[in-house]
Amino acid sequence: MVAARITVNGEEAPLSPAAPHTTVLDFLRERGLTGTKEGCAEGECGACSVLVARPGVNKPTDWVAVNACLVPVAALDGQEIVTSEGLATAGAPGTPPALHPVQEEMAVRGGSQCGYCTPGFVCSMAAEYYRPDRCAHADADAGSDAEHGPNGFDLHALSGNLCRCTGYRPIRDAAFAVGAPAEEDPLARRRDQAPPAPVATEYAQDDSVFLRKATLAETLLLLRERPDAVVVAGSTDWGVEVNIRSRRAGCVVAVDRLPELRQLRVASDSIEIGAALTLTEIERRLDGDVPLLAELFPQFASRLIRNGATLGGNLGTGSPIGDSPPALLALDASVLLADADGEREVPLADYFTGYRQSVRRPGELIRAVRVPLPLAPVVAFHKIAKRRFDDISSVAVAFALDVEDGIVRRARIGLGGVAATPIRALATEAALEGRPWTAETVEAVAPLLRDEGTPMDDHRASAAYRSAMLGRSLLKLYTRTTEAVSS
Amino acid sequence: MSQLSERPEKSVVGLSVPHESAAQHVTGTALYTDDLVHRTKDVLHAYPVQVMKAHGRITALRTGPALDVPGVVRVLTGADVPGVNDAGMKHDEPLFPDEVMFHGHAVAWVLGETLEAARLGAAAVEVELDERPSLITLQEAIAAGSFHGARPVMETGDVDAGFADSAHVFTGELQFSDQEHFYLETHAALACIDEAGQVFVQSSTQHPSETQEIVAHVLGLHSHEVTVQCLRMGGGFGGKEMQPHGFAAVAALGARLTGRPVRVRLNRTQDLTMSGKRHGFHARWKIGFDPEGRIQALDATLTADGGWSLDLSEPVVARALCHIDNTYWLPHARITGRVARTNKVSNTAFRGFGGPQGMLVIEDIMGRCAPLLGLDPAELRERNFYRRGQSTPYGQPVVQPERISAVWEQVKESGGIAGRRREIAAFNAAHPHTKRALAMTGLKFGISFNLTAFNQGGALVLIYKDGSVLINHGGTEMGQGLHTKMLQVAATTLGIPPHKVRLAPTRTDKVPNTSATAASAGTDLNGAAVKNACEQLRERLLQVAATRLGVNASDVRIVEGVARGLGSAEELSWDDLVRTAYLQRVQLSAAGFYRTEGLHWDAKTFHGSPFKYFAHGAAAAEVEVDGFTGAYRIRRVDIVHDVGDSLSPLIDIGQVEGGFVQGAGWLTLEDLRWDATDGPHRGRLLTQAASTYKLPSFSEMPEEFHVTLLENAGEEGAVYGSKAVGEPPLMLAFSVREALRQAAAAFGPGGISVELASPATPEAVYWAIEAARRGGDASTVGAGAEALSGA
Repeated sequence: MVAARITVNGEEAPLSPAAPHTTVLDFLRERGLTGTKEGCAEGECGACSVLVARPGVNKPTDWVAVNACLVPVAALDGQEIVTSEGLATAGAPGTPPALHPVQEEMAVRGGSQCGYCTPGFVCSMAAEYYRPDRCAHADADAGSDAEHGPNGFDLHALSGNLCRCTGYRPIRDAAFAVGAPAEEDPLARRRDQAPPAPVATEYAQDDSVFLRKATLAETLLLLRERPDAVVVAGSTDWGVEVNIRSRRAGCVVAVDRLPELRQLRVASDSIEIGAALTLTEIERRLDGDVPLLAELFPQFASRLIRNGATLGGNLGTGSPIGDSPPALLALDASVLLADADGEREVPLADYFTGYRQSVRRPGELIRAVRVPLPLAPVVAFHKIAKRRFDDISSVAVAFALDVEDGIVRRARIGLGGVAATPIRALATEAALEGRPWTAETVEAVAPLLRDEGTPMDDHRASAAYRSAMLGRSLLKLYTRTTEAVSS
Repeated sequence: MSQLSERPEKSVVGLSVPHESAAQHVTGTALYTDDLVHRTKDVLHAYPVQVMKAHGRITALRTGPALDVPGVVRVLTGADVPGVNDAGMKHDEPLFPDEVMFHGHAVAWVLGETLEAARLGAAAVEVELDERPSLITLQEAIAAGSFHGARPVMETGDVDAGFADSAHVFTGELQFSDQEHFYLETHAALACIDEAGQVFVQSSTQHPSETQEIVAHVLGLHSHEVTVQCLRMGGGFGGKEMQPHGFAAVAALGARLTGRPVRVRLNRTQDLTMSGKRHGFHARWKIGFDPEGRIQALDATLTADGGWSLDLSEPVVARALCHIDNTYWLPHARITGRVARTNKVSNTAFRGFGGPQGMLVIEDIMGRCAPLLGLDPAELRERNFYRRGQSTPYGQPVVQPERISAVWEQVKESGGIAGRRREIAAFNAAHPHTKRALAMTGLKFGISFNLTAFNQGGALVLIYKDGSVLINHGGTEMGQGLHTKMLQVAATTLGIPPHKVRLAPTRTDKVPNTSATAASAGTDLNGAAVKNACEQLRERLLQVAATRLGVNASDVRIVEGVARGLGSAEELSWDDLVRTAYLQRVQLSAAGFYRTEGLHWDAKTFHGSPFKYFAHGAAAAEVEVDGFTGAYRIRRVDIVHDVGDSLSPLIDIGQVEGGFVQGAGWLTLEDLRWDATDGPHRGRLLTQAASTYKLPSFSEMPEEFHVTLLENAGEEGAVYGSKAVGEPPLMLAFSVREALRQAAAAFGPGGISVELASPATPEAVYWAIEAARRGGDASTVGAGAEALSGA
């Protein structure tokens, strides 16, 4: 096996002597690339954002921004990354480098004050700059609003970056001012080549190892042998455990590049979403085909996190405040669990068994999530949080109602943040089904929804507020749907 | 026009230029303290041993198990301190405490070959504690009578007579939260030993001279044996005014004991759980208005949550008292301040330094009382603005009251306020579940340190033979653009292009005895000192040029790097002039100094004129609130701000916008929660990470954001006619809070007083909406009467 290595700003570097748990962030800083900063070490601030070459959605390769603080450097064996230092073009010796277009816009518009978050902003902005389907609107005013620039820039690309100095206005102006990449731009050209292939990795030090197998079959055999293994895809959850709770694992297994986990299949009766597709990939590939998910994704953490996070990870951790389970519960989704002996399908409603616990057995891997078709027409995802971008839900409510001739034929309501697991609002669903979709029904049923679950007081919200939000959510849905009809 | 404020022709000050480090910022090549670690050999890493109890006396501290951890080199404890075991200026902050005073208090530090080794070592240290009862909340401290430090009383007029003359008297209470600085760069220090045991400390500090002083007294050294350098900070906001000293001292002590470089860098959770924050306050008040809504009398008690040690709590309370008037004349007032002692981190400076806390009290009062007086809140505010001839409750004349209404009227006009109020009314009538509101608040903020001695600045300007200029000054760069402004000041005074000038990192061996870069005064103090040094050099060079050009020195002008004599066709380039001066043995370096004149302050009587001038501004904020959830958006903000004649408009607008959003964060979103239960984690900070403590992100920035600097606003008393800008704009964010209050009220029947918790999170707004829907509880404003009479 070739010694593990990574290409940083066009130069190959051995991973050694980094530890298997060493993050990309610490690896870069050890190498003197200190432009990549640690602000929080849990993927919340984006000061460590770097660009990774990944299989593309619209071109062979996409430049994807991720939080370097969460990803173990061993997970990028054989891969290519670019940092803020690498975006500038080196000048003649003794002269300053030529700034990249996003760097230029950030610099001249006052986008940096203390400068500490700036390299991360620059990388996140560069990723959106290179997004192949970003294009300027013919009519600049028609396509732009507070969150979308006339140059096609989606401000959500920066939703995972925090700045404490500027108040963001100059950064938004910089983002909305960048043009299209020049033809000779090497990073733009790189998109037309194939992405770096996944590399089978065995990176060990002392009694700790990071493993990536080439196939699903090998991975499942490995999981049978090492039931203690921590399975990671984007490492957006495990990275936090390593950094914040100082957890160390004897064996970490990466599954994010397994082809069997990266399929998106649309059949007549269902959509099957690979467990290791990133949320960004799902969002772009579904392109609104599942409206409830389309409503969910922009509210799910940040772009930096969605570039790493997967449905497999979100369901695998079993957190009661993950945002995908309520939506998937409302969609009546099921989970496809694979182990070395085969595969089984479990309805998501039966999947969670307790706080961060599920029916998934040791050695079993989530291969895909299946969403049955047809989809219910009346859907909504209500996320209650302190902050609109990049926050964790106090309460999440997902609705999928089948309303036909004014009657609720079928109701599925998924809830997050109100119990030890994500739950279905069963009493509310039962009360709605068969009743007319009217203000009277909503008024009668809302108290049932308010009383679903067992919400708690914590630093995010009071139990009373959580219950109140459940109670209000049905009226909000009704108001929005009827307003939409009337307008 | 004064000499200090007068601008020469073709000034570099006044030009809009990017931050002088912008190119390094965007390419990741700007260096911060902890970036040096990877460029330094043999560094040891320090990790704190934090005790996770709110209060208790240490009965045993066993470091042996840590030394058994591979890679651990040494454990630092109080026994290792050769000098004074104290990290503060009030001598109440032991660096290595015998008594744990707050949850997470560090009692020892482990040095390791790697951070991982140091962390494992710290986990192995055994601490036994005799636990003591703790006070966590302000209410607990007030009930227990737990206070420390001074208890100033600010009095003016005759309060009792004022109330007797009042047509309306209201009482109330307000408790509002603390705020985490959340500079993106956490506390960091790197200490090395030079020859002869001298210590060189690189520290992320706003106050290098004080860091030097503390390091010296902890190590038992003289100040001339300790040098502190600050390259730049990744944000400070006051959080690095006093708090870095102890961390620098730990690094220095470790370096001294091991002979190796020692790095201290807090991770985010350590920073959040160990360093002080903006003081949360409790206020009780009674206010009297005349029939027209003019304030007659104010009686209030402000209690700051100081945390476990005094730190800067006393001057913070003093500034809170000095700003409770904001833009309003208080003919009769009696305001008492005190500092509660709690078992929490030691609260400290934070942008505004008590000013925001004082102003929040009066703006909250205005917002609550306006409906009870039957007045539009903006109208109530206008009626109470200072007029010519009036003075503050601490006796300082308000010499430019017209500025208060000038910025206010300009916001009204440029923001199209009257028309938008009509649009909002129409929108609200058509939308039962969504309401909009627009609120305006103004600002008067005193510039200068309350303590007169701090109002001095120093600089050292060096001109090299090749004509390049290096500026050293006592101020630190934390993103506010101070170095950029200093560069512009130097280029202006010397008459040379800015590219000739470079700024050196701040070092205590270049400029001694500096004040903190704080109180918005960095530019006023250091700019005047840089100007003074440059003027000395310019005078010398003018003599040299006069001889060469054959004219009188008073007839020489240096403009854009060329010296010319009046009426002479001859020119002399800057580089030639400097070379000539060198050959003539003219000194090409100068130390500059500045002291702010005309200040006086008597802390005992709480009376005087502590401020050189006031900064002014006004803001109008429009919000939209969702009645189902309490969630909101800031639709539009219009600000007119008085920065005098701006030295650097791009920098100043950046300060206004950034300060505003940071203020809005404090008032709406940022929500520090502490475990105040009697459970095992009592005293623990519950929001100790970026995932739980939420700063404003892109989604909280005003969707439309218009900032205008007041024109023709030259300030006689400051460098090149400018005014301080760092802190004041933060306090324009009251407009957001008041808009949220008005939007919540719009869900109710109208004419009712709506109370709004601070921070006004979506949940808090939701409860305010619910209260408004219930028709309001008009008795709430008066509900504090009994509590007040019991005081």
